[in-house]
Amino acid sequence: MPSHSEEDRLKSPLAKARGLGSGHHGAEHWLHQKITALANIPLVLWLVWSIVKLKAASYAQFTAWLAYPLNAILMILLIISVLYHARLGSQVIAEDYLSGWFRMSKLIGIRLFFFAIGVACIFSVLKIAFTAGM
Amino acid sequence: MSETIKKTQRPLSPHLQVYRLPLTALLSISHRACGVGLSVGTALVAAFLIAAAGGEGSYNMVMGLASSLLGQIILFLWSAALYFHMCNGIRHMFWDTGKFLEKDVAMRTNYIVIMFAFILTASTWACAYLTG
Repeated sequence: MPSHSEEDRLKSPLAKARGLGSGHHGAEHWLHQKITALANIPLVLWLVWSIVKLKAASYAQFTAWLAYPLNAILMILLIISVLYHARLGSQVIAEDYLSGWFRMSKLIGIRLFFFAIGVACIFSVLKIAFTAGM
Repeated sequence: MSETIKKTQRPLSPHLQVYRLPLTALLSISHRACGVGLSVGTALVAAFLIAAAGGEGSYNMVMGLASSLLGQIILFLWSAALYFHMCNGIRHMFWDTGKFLEKDVAMRTNYIVIMFAFILTASTWACAYLTG
């Protein structure tokens, strides 16, 4: 445990526990959402710019572009950051609006959905990056 | 009996169906709606990448779909949702520091968020259609 401030030391155990919530991950969840949000800004702007640039790209042009290390790395970073951000956001929405077994199944479904999307995207990027031009 | 009276006499908060949402509230729920839309949209990104990994035939097919009218409409909505979510998300970061939370300031930043999202979307599509 981190060192307690003077105020913390004088608090009763109940006062300390108040506001922590049942999940105990509120601050961490918030921080991760903000970090991925910050990372998403340059990554998504890069993606939009790339889409505009590659709008009429042939298969050879597109795969050559994605095989370029910087592009493959940025694409994988984008996939991880965006999907993690989406997972955190969807989780909050499910927690706010749903209840009971439906909420639980949605929370599990959200995790599985974004994990599966991430694996599919990263595998596809790597496959193109390692086989382009072959 | 007292139960019924208590229930009927209880003051009601403005109900969502009859209460005209202020712009700040509209943008707040739009932020979530766009977030959900963009989350679902990640499946389309995955579909595109899987198709591209599948080879030239499937790549050409998804490029054809993307350049069709429906594809362009979806891409346009995607870009608008993305820019709005980004601009409003940046505003959320300012809010997290405790700034701009006053009602009138929030109302002014509503228009700034909408304006920036509009300018970014418009300039992206201008670039896409005006450049070769």
